[in-house]
Amino acid sequence: MDFTDTQEEAAFRAEAAAWLKDNVPSQDELQGMNELEIAKMWQQRKYDAGWACIRWDKAFGGRNASAIEQVIWNQEESKYDVPGGFFVIGQGMAAPTLMTWGRPEHHERYLPKLASGEEIWCQLFSEPAGGSDLAALRTKAERDGDHWIVNGQKIWTSGAHYSDFGIVVVRTDPNVPKHKGLSYFFLDMKSPGVEIKPIRQLTGGANFNEVYFTDVRIPDSQRLGEVGQGWQVALTTLMNERAAIGGGGGGVNVDTAYRIASEVMIDDKPAIEDGAVRAKLANWYVQESGLRFTGYRSMTAMSRGEIPGPENSIGKLVGAPKNQEMASFCMDLLEMSGAIWDEKLSKEAGLLQLSYMGSPGLRIAGGTDEIMANIIAERVLGMPQEPRMDKGIPFTEVPTGNN
Amino acid sequence: MNFEFAEEQELLREQARGFLSENCPGSAVRAVLDGEADYDAELWRKVAEMGWTATVIPEEFGGLGLSYLELVVIAEELGRSVAPIPFSSSVYLATEALLANGTLAQKEKWLPLLASGEAIGTFALAEGNGRPSVSSLSTRMTDDGLTGRKIPVPDGRAANFAIVVGATDSGDGASLYLVELDQEGVSQEVVRTLDFSRGHSVMVFNGAKAELLGGDGAGWSAMTALLDRAAVLFAWEQVGLADAALEQARDYAMGRYAFGRAIASYQAIKHKLAAMYVKNTLARSNCYYGAWALDSGSAELPLAAATARVGAIQASVFAAEENIQTHGGMGFTWEFDCQFYYRRAKLLSVGIGSEGYWQDRLVTAYEQTNVA
Ligand SMILES: Cc1cc2nc3c(=O)[nH]c(=O)nc-3n(C[C@H](O)[C@H](O)[C@H](O)COP(=O)(O)OP(=O)(O)OC[C@H]3O[C@@H](n4cnc5c(N)ncnc54)[C@H](O)[C@@H]3O)c2cc1C
Repeated sequence: MDFTDTQEEAAFRAEAAAWLKDNVPSQDELQGMNELEIAKMWQQRKYDAGWACIRWDKAFGGRNASAIEQVIWNQEESKYDVPGGFFVIGQGMAAPTLMTWGRPEHHERYLPKLASGEEIWCQLFSEPAGGSDLAALRTKAERDGDHWIVNGQKIWTSGAHYSDFGIVVVRTDPNVPKHKGLSYFFLDMKSPGVEIKPIRQLTGGANFNEVYFTDVRIPDSQRLGEVGQGWQVALTTLMNERAAIGGGGGGVNVDTAYRIASEVMIDDKPAIEDGAVRAKLANWYVQESGLRFTGYRSMTAMSRGEIPGPENSIGKLVGAPKNQEMASFCMDLLEMSGAIWDEKLSKEAGLLQLSYMGSPGLRIAGGTDEIMANIIAERVLGMPQEPRMDKGIPFTEVPTGNN
Repeated sequence: MNFEFAEEQELLREQARGFLSENCPGSAVRAVLDGEADYDAELWRKVAEMGWTATVIPEEFGGLGLSYLELVVIAEELGRSVAPIPFSSSVYLATEALLANGTLAQKEKWLPLLASGEAIGTFALAEGNGRPSVSSLSTRMTDDGLTGRKIPVPDGRAANFAIVVGATDSGDGASLYLVELDQEGVSQEVVRTLDFSRGHSVMVFNGAKAELLGGDGAGWSAMTALLDRAAVLFAWEQVGLADAALEQARDYAMGRYAFGRAIASYQAIKHKLAAMYVKNTLARSNCYYGAWALDSGSAELPLAAATARVGAIQASVFAAEENIQTHGGMGFTWEFDCQFYYRRAKLLSVGIGSEGYWQDRLVTAYEQTNVA
């Protein structure tokens, strides 16, 4: 056990830090660019210098870096306020699925452009009838020669409106038990018959969408895994999703809360002198640091070749509610003014309100709190599933509700 | 960077777990709980024979000169088995106090005896209800010797000597004293605590012979530093205990049926156990950090120790409480071992300062590390 860098790691860190120092764009450089443009520019810059997706093979734009080097790079990059969210689904979820289930020609064609940020991918999994219960999805695909014809509807598809490709799970056989009738594809989001409609979120923004498929043709060469093996392939994506999302990132952390508690007063004394405030900050610090080191421990395990396991569900399960509680608590510290959400008037330029409004989404996206707890109980602790009404019968006979 | 124990340490863990499952089964804990003895003397002798009491003591003083990474492995296993021995008092507190503050003569006298387990040491700080502070100390050195009253003192009657925190007029207001307990000026009586698988006493000094350990008036800061170190070791015991409680809850839930199925298949039980797992895992990861900081002598120790300690208190108390809940009525019986975890978790949690003390210490250390 050693929490400090070895000589090589220190050299790697210095190299990364030096590159970042010289290459993170200045505010001037970013004048007039929107977030997506900034993110693409930053990703391309990293790619050109060999700092994108560093764990990937050199042939696909990476640098064959180790898991620990990835930790170091993340630590150094996170010292700067640079965007990355647009690429999480493509690089963190679609790419590992392509690596596991795709063919060499898929790798050559898609991975470099994923790494460079030139092409953005989205995840077309959830449907009105299948969220937590993903395998209840109904979008169907029928074979037509060397193509599949897809009809149905996806929902909550983050970033569909700016994505070039999507990974999609569809039903290819409704007459077998539900997990056995699924297949997994990727498709060009510009394919004829794909219609994208934004959904307004409670934050007011519209980052997720409904996506309708009307006779969309997907070449069979874009299938990953066998016909009927879609559930297994989807699990590869979901496993990586948990590792990729981690603690949910960003938002309110102990540093923010400490700053606020030092600045606002309770009974004419800085709030941070109050014992109850200190206790809460300590608890959150324990969670934050526990998540960080749990992440590092699983990185060490991965560097021995282990794949990210169900224990990665912890990140989101702890991180998302923590974000919500901290935002809520910090607003409480502001008392009546906590309600003000205005970049010019609010403390931290409205970060608290933004985090608070966004955190219900964090607790749902990528598997709800409840589903994460189920995964830990069943897959880590080995406890049995609850009795199910959908096992061993054809999908068409599974009971459904009216919501 | 490397966030794992080395292979030798994993081997030590295996060996320790095997040894304790043989020599410290539930019946051994129960024997002390039900009996008159303050601790399991036979187990203590065997543990000393294994060299565990000698782990971090340098070879020149009769120790093994191993690292704290070995000691935390042992601590975790002792916590897991709720061992009824004065290990924490003697090893995490008395030995550490001597290592950090002892003169050469004091070390030469005591460390070999501590290493071999022939001597048992303890640490006497508390003087009754409330959080100790310099101004609350009434124990002090007088012309006639040390006078005062300490309560509760863990393992006091098992110990040969105590490190006593007393008031003084110089320096930071406190000094550490080394007091041999087999003398006229010291008397002890049993104090019942909620975990009587570990003996406690009220210790009265009435003109006791005592020698300074460290400088006069340097005691409060020496004690704070000592508690930081002990916090990491206590935290590892607590994490071991928390995992054992979780495993017991899981095993019971798998085998107990209600309404035609295992209670382990009910989501209320599953989510409860998942919550235990999450707390245990985060606490353990923080304990890694604490172990590293302790072993490497890092300046981050105060923050790392408090973080490990707060997480471990919360995880262990939660696991011990919810383990009983998972057992239903069975969990509330004397006969079932759930009580061991429940008692010990709470004892360890107040033992070297409560959750509140360590939360405050954490934020103070955070301020010193990040805000200065
Ligand atoms: C911001 C955001 C972004 C998203 N982005 C994407 C995306 O890019 N691609 C994509 O495919 N999907 C995306 N999703 C969808 C997301 O994966 C689903 O919303 C989520 O899996 C929950 O499904 P649901 O909405 O159908 O809720 P439901 O499954 O109907 O759940 C409703 C409630 O029931 C609970 N519940 C359900 N089953 C169980 C059970 N077995 N045990 C206990 N409780 C249960 C849930 O925990 C929840 O509290 C996104 C969602 C959000 C909020």
